[in-house]
Amino acid sequence: MSFAPPKETWSGKTFEITIGNGAKAVKIGGENVFSFHGFEGNYPNRPVIAYEVQDIPPDDWPQMVKDVYAGVSADPVTWAKHCVEKLGAKAIALRLAGTHPDKGDISADQAAETVKKVSSAVDVPLIILGSNHAEKDSVVLVKAAEAAKGTNALLGKAQEANYKTIVAAALANDLKLIAMSELDINLSKQLNILITQMGFDKERLVTDPMSSALSYGLEYTYSVMERIKLAALAQNDAVLQGPMLADVGMYVWKVKETQALEADLPQWGNLKDRGVAWEAVTTTSLLVAGTNLAIMRHPDAVAAVEKFIAEMEG
Amino acid sequence: MLIIGEKLSIIAKRVREAMFAKDKGPIQEIAKRQYSQGARMIDANIGPAEDGGEDLMQWMVTTIQEVVPAPICLDTTNYKALEAGLKVHNNEWGRPLINSTSNDPERFPILELGAKYNSQVIGLTVGKGGLPADAEERCAIAAEIMARAMEYGMPLEDLYLDPLVLQVATSQDHAAHVIKAIKMFQELNDPAMKTVVGLSNISNGCPKHVRPILDKYYLALLMYSGLTAAIADPAEVTETAKTIDVFMGKTLYAHSYLEM
Repeated sequence: MSFAPPKETWSGKTFEITIGNGAKAVKIGGENVFSFHGFEGNYPNRPVIAYEVQDIPPDDWPQMVKDVYAGVSADPVTWAKHCVEKLGAKAIALRLAGTHPDKGDISADQAAETVKKVSSAVDVPLIILGSNHAEKDSVVLVKAAEAAKGTNALLGKAQEANYKTIVAAALANDLKLIAMSELDINLSKQLNILITQMGFDKERLVTDPMSSALSYGLEYTYSVMERIKLAALAQNDAVLQGPMLADVGMYVWKVKETQALEADLPQWGNLKDRGVAWEAVTTTSLLVAGTNLAIMRHPDAVAAVEKFIAEMEG
Repeated sequence: MLIIGEKLSIIAKRVREAMFAKDKGPIQEIAKRQYSQGARMIDANIGPAEDGGEDLMQWMVTTIQEVVPAPICLDTTNYKALEAGLKVHNNEWGRPLINSTSNDPERFPILELGAKYNSQVIGLTVGKGGLPADAEERCAIAAEIMARAMEYGMPLEDLYLDPLVLQVATSQDHAAHVIKAIKMFQELNDPAMKTVVGLSNISNGCPKHVRPILDKYYLALLMYSGLTAAIADPAEVTETAKTIDVFMGKTLYAHSYLEM
């Protein structure tokens, strides 16, 4: 007698969101099963990995990641084109890091210029990120959104402290939106409710429950994502049925394990392998938890994750 | 928890008049209001409707579903009216629910109707012999109805057991019997049997100002016992239902949970 594996089916389904325009637009979400469980139901879109690019040179990134982008990272347009043309990036996450008051305090107008240049230089979808300074973001992202009008980009991140202006900007410029809350499932739901109550369509919203690196709270992000997915699928909770984002690189590349030299900690082994593995393992874990879109930094880590995705999809 | 809006009942004067005059206005207004207040199924109680029951039920089903994206609970003892209503019911938002069959042989054909039209059916745990004395007797009757349902080819997942809520003012003991019955009904099958009550019966005959209090606390206890659905006034009970759903882990808490 042959064995028929039991199938778990759910009543809910996540929203499918398109980012970008034209042939290279990407679709995320739309599944009614847990990640990679296509054998149990509908899993129409594989997760997408976006390369992170910054408006300023990545001075605070570890040397081994800076080295990968040596020669291109002085200019965001060159950098983004490099990711698309040389590395095959399917999406670019442009982080306006230089607008942070402690990192140069670049003006909103100047940031908008950068957005305009990068979006016209690459044909893949754009994710436009602020500097995670709630107050400054509410000014910068408004201008950035205007500059991105018509690109169907994904704008973020709207947080509890600044969501009103950012939601209004995404609405006015017809963009998709990231809602981020700090590792708290109930606040995540609450923020999504508040955003939809402003008239923003929940089918245009991406949830970022906040990422964390392996051994630095990854299990918290994992369980929040898993719980959101359960609410979406099993409880048909419409405000939590948006695709999920994991902004991985920025957390991974500042932990000790991705920085400590082998000379100092020989038992930890080769730094390059270790760092790449750290980003790849963190990302794959979050993909399993339910991430539909991940932002990463190291091309070797991206390649490892893409390989994992291909193998999971069979 | 599923709230089945109870307000479209022939017992209410305004509804009765609209039914007789086939005046869509009041019917649609009440249906829409109940939906916006949290009802996700609308009860259409046309009474025994001996004359013109078929037309009336069809008119009710289509009139309600014209304005509300929800299934209908077809509430009548009239077999032909039920069948007529099932024929026009739009299943886009869920399957209909027949209210109801019982352990009375005259009502068994309703199970056949449920099976034929792929409808869900309420099984009221009363028989020919009068009201059940306690939870155990309700279970015995439930088991009979379940056996009958299987005989007529109706899946048990489509059967909602109704323990028959009685008035607390006249039958106080039964308030506790019904709570116990809700727990026991679920044990009668795996997956657990679904359950439903006509909630406001608990406060029937009580002073107007205490009725919502009785209804809401009683609903909380029934939900804690695992109740699947209640025929009730959504304006009155939605807050309770949403709150208990949070406590029971059925929905995820957020500060604005009542607004969702």
